[in-house]
Amino acid sequence: MWAAIAVFLVALGSLVFHLITPWWSTPIASNWGSMDLTIDITFWITGVAYIVILLFMAACIYQYRNRADKTTTSPQSNHKASYDPENKKLELWLTVGTAVAVAGLLAPGLIVWNDYVTVPDDAVEVEVMGQQWQWGFRYPGADGKLGTTDARLINADNPFGLHLDDPNGQDDILVEGDDLHLELGQPVNMLLRSIDVLHDFYVPQFRAKMDMVPGLVTFYWMIPTRTGTFDILCAELCGSNHYAMRGLVVVEEKEAFNAWMAEQQTFAQLRAEVEKNAKHGSSLALNAVGAVPVDSVVAR
Amino acid sequence: MVDVTPEKVEYVGPAEVPEVDLYHAKTWWTKYVFSQDAKVIAIQYSGTAVAIGLVGLVLSWLMRLQLGFPEFFSFISPDLYLQFVTMHGMIMVIYLLTALFLGGFGNYLIPLMVGARDMVFPFVNMVSYWVYLLAVLVLVSSFFVPGGPTGAGWTLYPPQAILSGTPGSGAGIVLMLVSLALFIIGFTMGGLNYVVTVLQARTRGMTLMRLPLTVWGIFTATVLALLAFPALFVSAIMMTLDSVLGTSFFMPAIVEFGEQLQYGGGSPVLFQHLFWFFGHPEVYIVALPAFGIVSDLLSVHARRNIFGYRMMVWAIVGIGALSFVVWAHHMYVSGMNPYFGFFFATTTLIIAVPTALKVYNWTLTLWRGDIHLTLPMLFAIAFIITFVNGGITGLFLGNVVVDVPLSDTMFVVAHFHMVMGVAPILVVFGAVYHWFPLMTGRMLNQAMGQFHFWVTFLGAYLIYFPMHYLGFVGVPRRYWEIGETNFIPESAESLNAFITVAALVVGFAQVVFIYNILTSIFKGKISERNPWKATSLEWQTTTVPPGHGNFDDELPVVYRWAYSYSVPGTVDDYTPQNVHPDDVVKIAAEQGGD
Repeated sequence: MWAAIAVFLVALGSLVFHLITPWWSTPIASNWGSMDLTIDITFWITGVAYIVILLFMAACIYQYRNRADKTTTSPQSNHKASYDPENKKLELWLTVGTAVAVAGLLAPGLIVWNDYVTVPDDAVEVEVMGQQWQWGFRYPGADGKLGTTDARLINADNPFGLHLDDPNGQDDILVEGDDLHLELGQPVNMLLRSIDVLHDFYVPQFRAKMDMVPGLVTFYWMIPTRTGTFDILCAELCGSNHYAMRGLVVVEEKEAFNAWMAEQQTFAQLRAEVEKNAKHGSSLALNAVGAVPVDSVVAR
Repeated sequence: MVDVTPEKVEYVGPAEVPEVDLYHAKTWWTKYVFSQDAKVIAIQYSGTAVAIGLVGLVLSWLMRLQLGFPEFFSFISPDLYLQFVTMHGMIMVIYLLTALFLGGFGNYLIPLMVGARDMVFPFVNMVSYWVYLLAVLVLVSSFFVPGGPTGAGWTLYPPQAILSGTPGSGAGIVLMLVSLALFIIGFTMGGLNYVVTVLQARTRGMTLMRLPLTVWGIFTATVLALLAFPALFVSAIMMTLDSVLGTSFFMPAIVEFGEQLQYGGGSPVLFQHLFWFFGHPEVYIVALPAFGIVSDLLSVHARRNIFGYRMMVWAIVGIGALSFVVWAHHMYVSGMNPYFGFFFATTTLIIAVPTALKVYNWTLTLWRGDIHLTLPMLFAIAFIITFVNGGITGLFLGNVVVDVPLSDTMFVVAHFHMVMGVAPILVVFGAVYHWFPLMTGRMLNQAMGQFHFWVTFLGAYLIYFPMHYLGFVGVPRRYWEIGETNFIPESAESLNAFITVAALVVGFAQVVFIYNILTSIFKGKISERNPWKATSLEWQTTTVPPGHGNFDDELPVVYRWAYSYSVPGTVDDYTPQNVHPDDVVKIAAEQGGD
């Protein structure tokens, strides 16, 4: 008896909790509302199945629980249960019904996934580089093309490991120790890489997520749909300070974005300063890998 | 219907091969310590698994203390927290659940249930346990080396597992990998035994389609393990080489804290493929024995045949086969080729169909049954609820695009704890309450058992059900501290504190359970033989607990499947597998008509 009530209450309690929970997805700030929609569809289909199964069990336990006074089916036997090893028809219908429900879950999932892995032609590229335990960002600059990189080239003067002779890299905008800025409504293809261990570029409001793997360039694309400042978290365990690997992304209108971009230095400008300082004999040893922007050293 | 027809008298031929002589222990040492008796080995496996499992339990408390009350416990550093997380996960998945289901229940139940005197290779079986114990000791030793145990997460992903930014990246990770390799060696010896015993040592009349589902579950899980563990074995060896000799199987060019390392050309994603090629079947290595055992618990205690036996068998086999083609659903956001997502999402959701059918058949076994709400039955019901819950959230995470926002959040933590932590453990508890009288001849204390059940089931549900919603908020997993964010409400902290309190209470209930076992072994109520009136062979032995060699001079002969409960026309509501059809007591009126 108690067991039947308990099963019923678990079903009811789960439903009520789901309806009144204060903990739910953060307001979305990207074009991936279709992910939220797929989650909703999944919730409906599986939620109904869950409640139905639990209520059926509660009813069975209530109805067929062993009671001392329950009359048996035959005065000579002590059977109270029925014996029916198989019911092919019922099993077939359950199989078909489940298969249909599963297809209903899978179809929208695959459609949205196709969108997720198909980068639109008008997406601009932005690189995010992860290292223990900070983020760096790189924009393609005026030519719209990111210069090629190699982890072997990384040193204090070249924190992103750009090929010095690649013309596409000269106008790249390098951002370290600062926020990532994105333009509202502009499709962007986030190119993700790491120079040490696995990281994962995760902004909850964007919904999208992808690991950053040393030796690979991974990607996801999205459109920022809401201005504001959002947290960047690392979502793949990356060592002791994984929890502290944070950053901020600022989504702003085109004008503000362009104004911010105009203040940034290109790779060529940074190289020029490095060479100028080298001639003047000033030490760059202070400048640990990207921890301090190069221009702040110069200002000193 | 041939195989499951209960009363069809088939000709049972004479034994074709004489029985093999058993090894008979002559000394105390060979009888109880270096024993070759599967029942003793089972208890050794179980005792060791539970002991290391308790370490895992304590680690989970420490973790929860940090998550629930991040300011209070200054001794828990970020490094220590990651080490707790890692060792808790590895201990629970491998050293507790795998060892307990296969080494523990497998050893005890397979020979008895198939009607064999012992495993076919008793000596190898003994060595299997001692290698397992060695693996556990190596694992424990990693707590005491400089730098402590590895804190790389139970997935041990390189490069971080062997780089200096991760705790335990020196001796800790190497000991972890050595321990895993030893575990696999030990398991392989035991596993070959279980498979060959099921295939070759079944008694006369025990066809494959008459095996209790417990045996089917353990058998199939063992086959999976024999095929899956080698992938972990090679990755453990390769990572050991990367760590100790500086090879680059999994290591690309790396700049670590500004310093160029000598690695180059390896692939971290390759490790993930190898790990999950093992890791996903591992889920079913734990789940399939639980599926099998819970089927038997439900059938016995509902006094009713398991519904759709053949479907249940084929579902176990089908799930086992499918589990080898879904592994990359753990890697949707790993950076592998994104087009893999289409394939692995499809295979993953297909696996839901046989799994759902098993759930339907369990509930349909309750339907029109005669449900005795004993402790094993209560745990079986709780298993169905938690398993369905965890299975459903698996449909979220398996559906590639839904996984994107939820992966690496607390939703994942809640999902896998519900489906492969809570659900199988509830089956373990049910199985212990069910078979304790067979193993000891005594019953467990009922009052303590009721307390244990209600606190464990409801408590575990309260821990993990709300935890999913933290994942929707976007709370990431494996975070020592969330700290300041602009999207996580303060109420999430209260929820975390609540979950911690619930975890401590559930943990306390396990202490009661252990106490119940320890006292009941000596002082428990003496059990009658076959107290649950079960049909399968392990309850038909002449002595309880079964003696060396399990059965008397003659092995039992099997005439029917294990689910002849409440068969129409019989007086008793159960007919053991080995009762000759002529000896079944039939109802008078119907007897004349036969």
